[in-house]
Amino acid sequence: MGKPPFDSVVAEHGSTVLRVCRAVLGPVDADDAWSETFLSAMKAYPDLPADANLEAWLVTIAHRRAIDVIRAVARRAVSVAELPETDGAPAADHRDLDLTDALIRLPPKQRQAVAYHYLAGLPYADVAAVLGGSADAARRAAADGVATLRRTYPGRNARRGEPR
Amino acid sequence: MSTPDDVLRLLAEAYPDASEHLRGLRDRLAAAAQADGILDLAYRTVDSPVGPLLLAATELGLVRVAYASEDHNEVLQALSDRISPRVLHAPERLDPVARELEEYFAGRRRVFDVPLDWHLSAGFRSTVLHRLPEIGYGHTASYATVAEMAGNPKAVRAVGSACATNPLPVVVPCHRVVRSDGGLGGYLGGVEVKRTLLTLEAAV
Repeated sequence: MGKPPFDSVVAEHGSTVLRVCRAVLGPVDADDAWSETFLSAMKAYPDLPADANLEAWLVTIAHRRAIDVIRAVARRAVSVAELPETDGAPAADHRDLDLTDALIRLPPKQRQAVAYHYLAGLPYADVAAVLGGSADAARRAAADGVATLRRTYPGRNARRGEPR
Repeated sequence: MSTPDDVLRLLAEAYPDASEHLRGLRDRLAAAAQADGILDLAYRTVDSPVGPLLLAATELGLVRVAYASEDHNEVLQALSDRISPRVLHAPERLDPVARELEEYFAGRRRVFDVPLDWHLSAGFRSTVLHRLPEIGYGHTASYATVAEMAGNPKAVRAVGSACATNPLPVVVPCHRVVRSDGGLGGYLGGVEVKRTLLTLEAAV
């Protein structure tokens, strides 16, 4: 028996790839990135070794598609990266900020490391393979990202009293 | 460094299950794959009086019809191994077949004229299957007669195995091949299904 029909790959990994695309790009561009990811994956699928790690492979493709989108957005000069960064206590006008917005405000590398490790479940060695650099650097980027999220995500204040 | 489980738990909840949304994305993917010419195999299932049927088509035409008893997942895996793993649920390509099957089961169609892809049959079996549409709607022929039609009167058993491995049942009418003594003989979808199809054709 060879590799699974591509339809099974979409069924099994479609949801994770969508979460990753949403985390890295936000909801508006996520759908296009998802579509382009699976379309390029389907093109390359017959040549993929049968024992390949599908999740890591798909995240790698999604990462490249996301970079294309981020560059295109930057060229249009309406990048979310240009939104004022929040630091320390959140300002009052960020009261409605949701965690996904807080995530999208992280520097790209931190955002990607958080998404690939915590949402896609890739070990840091695989995250490093996607991002370039070492596993330690990937771990640091994810940790920095999460630390910033904990500092900037206002919703957290309401939940501070929750038992761990 | 403390364990950041609070934010991470919230992060997991921040991207809820989007199965409805994913259905739309998967339809879009099927359309894009078709447009890019990389949809090697499109499949869908249809309900029928003989149970759910799996239909699969290449760019050339209908390549497989499978009864539920054959296990649709296994059939898809076999198609993926044999033809191409670029398989997607893409009902549109199968619409004409689905429509003709519906008409057939409603007694309003006697002949299927959708394009067929014969890639899954070869050699004498293929020769046999190509002759089967000559057995008209509502008629039957014996395994021996079909062996003669296929140019090898002695190959009666080979006709049996050709029918038993017909990749396109219903559409390529192996159900019309019966025993010389009047018995129904076997059928890849089960002998009850064979009886149902022959009864349907006789009743019209």
